[in-house]
Formats: sequence, structure tokens, C-alpha cells
Amino acid sequence: MTINQSGWRPTAPASGAAAAPTFTGNKALMLEEPLIFEIGDAHTTGVDFAEGDVAGSRLGDLTRKTPIGLPGLSEPETVRHYTRLSRQNYAIDLGLFPLGSCTMKHNPRLNEKMARLPGFADVHPLQPTDTVQGALEVIHQLAHWLVTLTGMASVAMSPKAGAHGELCGILAIKAALAKRGDTDRKVILVPESAHGTNPATAAFAGFSVEDIPATAEGRVDTAALTARLGPDVAGVMITNPNTCGLFERDLKAISDAVHAAGGYVYCDGANFNAIVGRVRPGDLGIDAMHINLHKTFSTPHGGGGPGSGPVVFSDALTPFAPLPFVEKQGDHFALVEEETAGDHHASSFGRMVAFHGQMGMFTRALTYMLSHGADGLRQVAEDAVLNANYILRSLNDTLDAPFGGSGPCMHEALFSDDGLADGFSTIDIAKGLIDEGYHPMTMYFPLVVHGAMLVEPTETESKAALDQFIGALRSVAERAKAGDASLKTAPHFAPRSRLDETLAARKPVLVWKEPGLAVT
Amino acid sequence: MRYLPLTGHDRVDMLAVIGASSIDDLFVDVPDVARLDGPIHDLPMHASEMAVERHMSALARKNLTAGDAPFFLGCGAYKHHVPASVDHLIQRGEFLTAYTPYQPEIAQGTLQMLFEFQTQVARLLGTDVANASMYDGSTACWEAIGMARRITRRGKAILSAGLHPHYVSVARTMAKYTGDVLDTAAPRLTADTDFEERLIAKIDDDTSCVVVQYPDILGRIADLKPLADACHAKKALLIAVVTEPVALGAITSPGEMDADIVVGEGQSIGVGLQFGGPYVGLFGCKEKYVRQMPGRLCGETVDADGRRGFVLTLSTREQHIRREKATSNICTNSGLCALAFSVHMTLLGEAGLRRLAAINHAGACRAADRLATIPGVRLVNDSFFNEFTLDLGQEARPIVRTLADRGILAGVSLGRLYPSEGALANGLVVAVTETTSEADVETLAVALEEALA
Repeated sequence: MTINQSGWRPTAPASGAAAAPTFTGNKALMLEEPLIFEIGDAHTTGVDFAEGDVAGSRLGDLTRKTPIGLPGLSEPETVRHYTRLSRQNYAIDLGLFPLGSCTMKHNPRLNEKMARLPGFADVHPLQPTDTVQGALEVIHQLAHWLVTLTGMASVAMSPKAGAHGELCGILAIKAALAKRGDTDRKVILVPESAHGTNPATAAFAGFSVEDIPATAEGRVDTAALTARLGPDVAGVMITNPNTCGLFERDLKAISDAVHAAGGYVYCDGANFNAIVGRVRPGDLGIDAMHINLHKTFSTPHGGGGPGSGPVVFSDALTPFAPLPFVEKQGDHFALVEEETAGDHHASSFGRMVAFHGQMGMFTRALTYMLSHGADGLRQVAEDAVLNANYILRSLNDTLDAPFGGSGPCMHEALFSDDGLADGFSTIDIAKGLIDEGYHPMTMYFPLVVHGAMLVEPTETESKAALDQFIGALRSVAERAKAGDASLKTAPHFAPRSRLDETLAARKPVLVWKEPGLAVT
Repeated sequence: MRYLPLTGHDRVDMLAVIGASSIDDLFVDVPDVARLDGPIHDLPMHASEMAVERHMSALARKNLTAGDAPFFLGCGAYKHHVPASVDHLIQRGEFLTAYTPYQPEIAQGTLQMLFEFQTQVARLLGTDVANASMYDGSTACWEAIGMARRITRRGKAILSAGLHPHYVSVARTMAKYTGDVLDTAAPRLTADTDFEERLIAKIDDDTSCVVVQYPDILGRIADLKPLADACHAKKALLIAVVTEPVALGAITSPGEMDADIVVGEGQSIGVGLQFGGPYVGLFGCKEKYVRQMPGRLCGETVDADGRRGFVLTLSTREQHIRREKATSNICTNSGLCALAFSVHMTLLGEAGLRRLAAINHAGACRAADRLATIPGVRLVNDSFFNEFTLDLGQEARPIVRTLADRGILAGVSLGRLYPSEGALANGLVVAVTETTSEADVETLAVALEEALA
């Protein structure tokens, strides 16, 4: 309790008194911000250029004749516009961000500083390799960390995000099958609880997708899976730990069965954070796994990317990995590109991206790994799992934990909407949490649980932060169980109340148009 | 362990609440074969911030940075000046450490920014609509080819010889799996593109799309309208690829010439070189094709109190809803790079972008004229924006290496991009931007003349 030393005696506001609307529509620090198209114009610029005439007209008769329609703002206006927008966002820097399967952990600022060193940020991807030895060495060092932590044979660094990494792994499987003339294998088995990217990826690569059911305890039904194996099955895509937050105990046995039946095992590594330093996925017999550097290795999510999704491979799939990659040749780091690879890499399935991958993410991830070290990364997994179990056990008197009897969870705690009052669902709890100052957990995923709430606290939360979150979630859940109608209209204190997503999809307005031109 | 807030006491207390006797109890489901008893060998233990900074800085110093050399590289990545406020704004934690805006009530900052980004991109490319970004230009390009297949239900794509060879390689990789047939060719060191002689002649009733780069890999600029007309006469789509968006401040946009899908690499605006990534893929198209688009889209709507707000929309195209029937498997895209693009574009505005483009073009004209005076050097292009190709009369790749040894980053040799195309070995692609001084050009000219002699 702080002591009021001013002598001023507060009086309680009259209850129920509605605040008068403000002239601006702003409410103190809650500031409304128009679109740049409403405040900028075609003549204003926030960048100074050299004065004077510029000559030259080698544009092949294609000199622009029409205006583009780009508004400009001065620098102060620009800084204010985006600063005001930023304040309408929730972020890890503001509080616990328990979005299950997304691993929203603290983003160390040393990572940002290192990625901005001119030696990394200001080098061109096509410079002669003698002039970028340090950049290639970063890639080589990061690759060493990744194969060592996963116990795999090799790593492809170029995939741009997790889903792109999945594609990389599946294309390698397809190339391996093609190499041995085994082209009748057209089915990829995917557990029901999989991320949506898994079936989308398999379908893109021309496979048909078949669901494998989950057991009552939330794991892959090993019997159903092995029974389905056969000469038409190319492989399986399994997430481990899975999206119910459980370790797939039978994964080694599944891998052995899949291999015996001639298929390959793709592991979705989105949840690697739970086991880094405690388990090497390679010891479980998998053939490929992507690693989201923006999850496990703390590179920022940035409001939806950029990510980075290197893929580790087993010996069996290594020959089919994409190019380019970095090879150490004596003291020199060479960039092996598709165009120059030669026979040594003749089986590679090819190039996935222009240039060599997400260098800016590599420097951040390597910085993070060096900071934590082998001992710290192990502690990361332990604390992530400890925090999740603490939430699971602290709340299972309030919320239904469908797999609470299946043993400890890994990095995320899964609850269902069972027991809420009639007409109340997960979304009401989520929106209630917003009013409590939290980003909600992942909602309605995985699909195998009714009204799923997937809570992933990560290791970068203190016990005090967890206790407050547990209190908030308990309070909101109890309101939902009691049928508190105010939850149905939550959030009440956010910059916006619930948004009409149906309207947005029915009459899509995807770009701004001048008021006279806009369709309303 | 500065990133881990739990204390030893906390851990003990929490284990007690859980009812576990040790942390190992929580990993009981891990089979013995996969259980590690302690930190992995062969990797270092944790290190202080100062020690890590020293390690990383030593690696950074081994690179020759663009800012420390006369610098002329382009071919899909360009050195432009990025105002300091761009990097400041993208480092605000509310942008940097937010997730994909799944909870729109507390993500209006990201969502409004994406709506503004989509509008800026659509206007720049000349398309009706644009999405909230792709990974980069090369992946946007193959996504566009896939989209054309879905729209036309045809599987033959004709790729211009002027398309960036890495983009061609990416498309070739993907085509192996999607069954698309690609018609490709290597460029020739001539002033003319392959539009007339090759592309228009090849369009037939099986053609899903024609893919052209504008300006192309050699820097050449050609009118897209006749090509668009030829495509549309056969009910095929024209896909235009823009790897240098600053050019569209000076030249007519592909959309204005009736291209159906326009994709691009947005790196030039706001993002920086970063040794190739992360960059930001631009993706725009005609409105009638929007439901076949890949990637996230932000749309305007209202909240329960009638106030304007923004949400992710048309998500029935996407993997998290449609699973195996999605238009793409893309999930995370390039949100923060899209923010950098949008901030930089807002700072520039129409007037700034046009001035920037004019300065780039004028500098390139001066440099091309100067370099073409070197004995034995021929300027290949008639038309160009800020990038042009020189025929050095001898192999360019060793010349580039020689000049790099002298601290000059002279450009991209076509031998680097097309090692198996002997006819291109003498080609050097030179890019000139607002960051290139006249002294830089003179330094290059003198050194190049010496190296060629």
C-alpha cells in the first residue's frame, strides 16, 4: 500500500456514471488513429533527397503517366502514426502470451542487436563468397547446433518458415521414393490432432491425406496407424510433443514400423521447445523435422513473421535435401548452390528459395543458442514443461482437462469447454481474458477436443506471472460456468469490441478506396 | 540464464503443487532410448551477453559490408537507404513481439498496418487487391503459377528468359511435384526481351500463364500490354514479377498493362540486404481472382459498437480451416518486413518514391554511359531502370573476384547465376541506386578498365 502524501482525499466515483464522450473519440491513452490514406497526401514526404534536376530517360517508352496514389507523411507524423497503432497491439513485451503451439517466449534484445551488425545486415546474397566468410560461418555454426541438438545427420537451412520446412521435408520424402522407383506410395498419414499446415503440405506435394485417430488419452492410435501401413503409404507426419501437449511415447516404435513398411517419418517440430536438450528427436527414428527458429530459438514473431524453418534430415533423406547449403572446405566456407553442386549433390530435390534462407533469423537464433548454451537450453525445456504442468494442475479443479489423467503434459496444458454454462464456449473465456489484460490461449485447436483451450506459458514467465494468470483464468472460467452474461459481450476494455468477421468475409474490403469510390 | 525467471525455490514449490518429486517425473513419457542425462556434449555452456556479443561481432567483421565498398550488386536484392525511423518503429515491442493477429480486438495495430500495406502494394503494382505478404519474391512467384493453374485448370506455364534464375529454379522444383509443365529458356545478351520472338509465339490452349519479370534480370524494360492481350486471347493469365519495386515510381505498373497477377520482392523498400533474407513477398491480383489467392488477407469490418476495425478474412482459403484443400500451406509470412515496407513507403509517399526512382534512374544512366566508354565494354540494354548489363568481352566472374579483392563489389556476374550458360559468361549486371556516388562509379570504371586490360 502506497501512502498518499499529497493531502488530497480521493472520493469514489458515483457508481454507474457513464463517462462523457470525448471530442476526439480518444480516451486518454487509448488513441484512435485514422488510416494513412485519410491523413497523408501525394505531396508530402518524410525523406529528404538531393536537390536539383535529374536527367535520364532510358525507360523504353514506359515512363509512368498516372499517379500511384501513395500518401506520404512527414517523419514526425509517421512516427506518431505507427506508434499509436502499436499501442493497439498485445505483445509478449506487455505480458504473458499463452498461445498454445506458438511458443511466445521472450525475445532477447541482444539477438536484435547482433542481427543489425552491418557485417550481417548489410551484405548482399550474391557477393563473392570470399567477402562473406563470416556470414557463411554463422550458417555453418547454426547448422552444427541444430544437428547436434536433434541428433540428426544434416540440416537444410533455406526454408523460410515452419510450413515451408514441412514442404521441404515432404519433398525430400517424395524425391527419395522416386529415386527408388517407389511411385505407388501416394498416401501420407496424419493424426487428427495435426496442425492444418500438415495436410495442406502433403496435399500440395501430390499426396492424399488420411487421418489417424487419437486414443482416449490424447496420443496417436499406434494400432490404427500400424494397421494402415502398406505399399501405398509414403509416410506419416507426426507432431511431437503433440498438439494435445503430450509426448508421443510410441514414436520410436511407430518409426520402426513405418520404416519396416517402406515409408518415412516426418516430425513436425513446432513443439521442440518442450524437449530441447532433453531429447534428441533423431533417437526416435524420425527422418525429417522442421525447427521453427521463431519458436524454440526466440526469434521474434513480428505480428506474423518472418519465421525460419530449417529442416534436419536422417542419413536416409540427406542426399535429397535442397540446395543451397554451406560446406566447410578446409578453412574456407563454400556455398554449394544448385547450379554448381555437381554429382556430389545430384539427388537434391532442388532449390526452394532465391538466395540462402533467413540470415537475419540465423544470427538471432545463434545468438540465443550461444547465450543459453547446452545447459541453458536443457533448462529451457524443463522450465517450459514445469510452467505448463503448474498451470494444468492449478486449474484442473476449475476447468476440464480431458487428458489430465494421461500423465504430465509437456510444454502446453489443454482444457476443454466441458462444464461451462449453456450457451457459453471457449471464445467467451478467451474474450474475457482479454479484459483481464491477457492475450487468449489458442482456441478450438486441436480439433480432437471440444472447445479446446491450449495454454502454452513458455519458460520465460516468472512464478508470480503464472500465479496471476492462473487467478485470472480461474475467475473468467468461473464466470463462464455461472453464466455471466457480460462475458458474451467481452471484451469491454479493448480498443475494439468483438468484430464482425462474417461481414468482412461476405463483403470483402481488402484495400482502402477514396470515400467517393468505396462500395458500402 | 538471464532469460529464465524461475528461481530454485520456485521450481521446488511448483513441483510440490504438481505432485512431482523431480523434474524428471515430468519427462516420464520419454522412452529410455531417447532420454539424455545431462547437457549435450560438443556444445558450449551458457555465456554472458558480453561474451556472445564478442563472438558474433568477430564473425560479422569477417564480411565485407556493402556500406564499406563501392557497391553495384542487384539481381533481386538492392541496396537502398532506409530511414532510421523505420528500424525504430519495427523494433517497438508491440509490433516486434506480437503474433499473427488471431485476436483482432487486441491486434488492431498490426491489422490496420496490414490493411494499409495491402492498399499500398495494390496501388504500386497496379492490381485491385494485394495480400498481407508472402515469404519473398521467389516463393510468391511459384505461388502465382499455382494460382494460375487453379484458375485456368491448365498446367503449362511459360517462363520468360528474363525471369530471375533462382525464381525459375524454385518454380522448377515445385513443378516436379505439382505436375506443372514449365517452358523455360536462358536469356541472351541482347537489348530485346523474349516477349515477341518466344513468349507470344508459344501461348496455346494448354497455357495457364506466362511469367515475365519487369524490369527483367538483365535490367531490360518492355511493354507488357501486347503480351497481356496475347495471353487473354488464349484465356491464359499474365503473371508479372517485380524484383525492384522502386522502379514502379518511374515506370507504368504491370497491373496498368493488364497483368492478372503481379508479384514482387519488397526488399528494396524498408528491409535491407541481410544476405538474402528475411525479405517480403508482394502479391497482388485482379479482384475476380481473390478467392484463389494464397496467404493471409486483412479486411475492413465493424465491431459490435459500429466502429471501424480490421480482421483477417477469407480464411476459408487457408490451411488452418481448409487443411488439405487450402490454396497454399503458408502460415507465418513476413509481417514485420511488411511493416518495414509500409513505414518506409509512408515516409516516401508518392512524391518521395517518384523522386527516389528518378534519382536511381539518372544515376544508372550516368554510370552506364561512363562504363560503356571502357574499351571492350558494351552496354547490352537499350532500356533499363537502375540496373543494366555490360558485356565485358571476357569472362566476368574472375573480374568480379579480382575487383572484390580490391574492395570493390562490382556487380553480379552472369557466370554466377548461369554457370552452365557459356554464352552469358561475359555478362556483368550492374545496379546503381541513390546510395551510389559518382566517385563510386569512377572508382569502378578505373578499376574495371585496369582489370580488363
